[in-house]
Amino acid sequence: MTNISVAELKEKAKQLRNLIIDTTVWAGSGHAGGALSSADILIALYFKYLNVDPKKPCWEDRDRFVLSKGHAAVGYIPCLALKGFIDKEGLKRFNHFKSPYGMHPDSLKVTGCDASTGSLGHGLPMGVGMALGAKVQKKAYKTVVLLGDGECNEGSNYEAMMSANHYKLDNLIAIVDRNKFMIDGPTEEVMSLEPFAAKWTAFGWNVIEVDDGNNMEKVCAALDTAWEHKGSPTVIIASTVKGKGVSFMENQVVWHYGALDSSQVEQAKADIANS
Amino acid sequence: MAEKKSVTGTTWNCYDANTMSAKEIYGRVLRQLAEDNPKIVGVTADLEKSTNIGIFGKAFPDRMFNVGIAEQNLFGVAAGLAKSGLIPFASTFAVFASMRAAEQVRSDICYQKLPVKIIATHAGISFGQAGTTHHCTEDLAIMRSFANMTVIVPADGAETGRAVEACLDIDGPVYIRVGRGFEPPYHKDQDFEFTIGKGELVREGSDATIITCGIGVLQSAVASDELKRMDGLSVRVINMHTIKPIDKEIILDAVKSTRRIITLEEHNVIGGLGDAVASVIAESGKGCAFTKLGLQDEYSLVGYPEDLYSHYKMDTSGIVDSVREIMGREFEADEDWADEV
Repeated sequence: MTNISVAELKEKAKQLRNLIIDTTVWAGSGHAGGALSSADILIALYFKYLNVDPKKPCWEDRDRFVLSKGHAAVGYIPCLALKGFIDKEGLKRFNHFKSPYGMHPDSLKVTGCDASTGSLGHGLPMGVGMALGAKVQKKAYKTVVLLGDGECNEGSNYEAMMSANHYKLDNLIAIVDRNKFMIDGPTEEVMSLEPFAAKWTAFGWNVIEVDDGNNMEKVCAALDTAWEHKGSPTVIIASTVKGKGVSFMENQVVWHYGALDSSQVEQAKADIANS
Repeated sequence: MAEKKSVTGTTWNCYDANTMSAKEIYGRVLRQLAEDNPKIVGVTADLEKSTNIGIFGKAFPDRMFNVGIAEQNLFGVAAGLAKSGLIPFASTFAVFASMRAAEQVRSDICYQKLPVKIIATHAGISFGQAGTTHHCTEDLAIMRSFANMTVIVPADGAETGRAVEACLDIDGPVYIRVGRGFEPPYHKDQDFEFTIGKGELVREGSDATIITCGIGVLQSAVASDELKRMDGLSVRVINMHTIKPIDKEIILDAVKSTRRIITLEEHNVIGGLGDAVASVIAESGKGCAFTKLGLQDEYSLVGYPEDLYSHYKMDTSGIVDSVREIMGREFEADEDWADEV
């Protein structure tokens, strides 16, 4: 765990939000809404909690991170750039012909990326395998999986939840970016998830609910607790705002995915600066 | 060849191959390999006993994970275990590995080129009485369409042992397909060449060639012997144990030498061995008479496997009939092989 202040983390989160906007422009379009809702969690993980080293991306004792909501690559890959795993210049070719960076991350092409994702419901099973692998090999690393809330409609997550508890994987932390929207609308209208925390509790997980997953103090407090918890896997259900930090995107289902014109970019940058 | 250690407590030779199913030998070979390789772990979905991966699991309980009846999780977990530096052997029925969890196998394992070794049992129609939900006549088509995947169909238990051992040398995923029970073996001992990607010449022949895999190898060898005795025909038999990458050389030599080719597989004739062979022939520009034996794009019947093999012309007499049919077919042989494309 890195010794870094909340103020510094907040500043990093602003940098990431700006880079998400830039990358969305370079890419032509992107899943800005779900990337912005995850930004504070990603920054907390990569700049404080995850034991990773950009100079040794394949170091076998590193903590593992799986972006199960792979469509947030437009937030994740810029985060890896800020951390120093990849060159920021490369982001200018995001989505372009033969770019290593596309809408969903490819672990064989993105330095520092531990799992190729994109198809929802795949990250948690892989995370269970990584955590189990640590136990088998008596390694101390932790595995963190970031899921979308809409993604939790996928049945494979519940298979993985069952097995994580069965194997008592206290080295596994799931974080759900509960921004309450999916492509076709609010999660509770499309396919209701509630009672959501109770589902994880019923599956034997240690549940930490964060009422504001875009508040860095609260995100860090939850991660502090999760990092220390023993005996069962932990899930942090972080209530976030889709499109957080950009006024015209916040809680707007249309900003699940889209392109930005120059005036929108200007507005977005101003909003981020003032946040 | 390196000296083989016993996998049975007695010997691993003729005796074993004649009395043990392919999956039993798989479990024993895996147990043996795991003694020297601490990276090997096992995963299954409530089929520890049925797939015989439990033989390994009993010896190494700390390295065996039964995720319950949850095949999507099975292959996702296998991918994660491989990501952590281990070599997972994942076993379930072929139908679940190739279809219930197809996307996990493709996106989690093959796309990331992970060294997950899938040993799929009860393939084809070997679980005859169980019916179509438990048969699997599509897996070769599915698995060979996944980039990075190596696809192997051993002829019998002895060859399964060799394949399980050899798959550790492949830097990536491997799909090994075996049957359910005791399918009589073709190989009578361990003394045969086995190289992934190289077909095995089982019978020499100049009139026609049967290219087959799995249970078809023994049946075709016997059919070749019968045809020689009864009809004076010289029928070549190739054990194409590796469906992908396929041995083009042995196929083209058979086309050149015999100009009549029959493929036989315990699979739908769409997308499996027959189509893999057909592609090689079509791309070569050579002509030949060609027949694909297997399930003719239909769902399988219920019955004891031997009755089903007979019904689908996968047994000796069905093969004999098919060879006679293809020998009677008009085919204009072009002697000027060198002039062709």
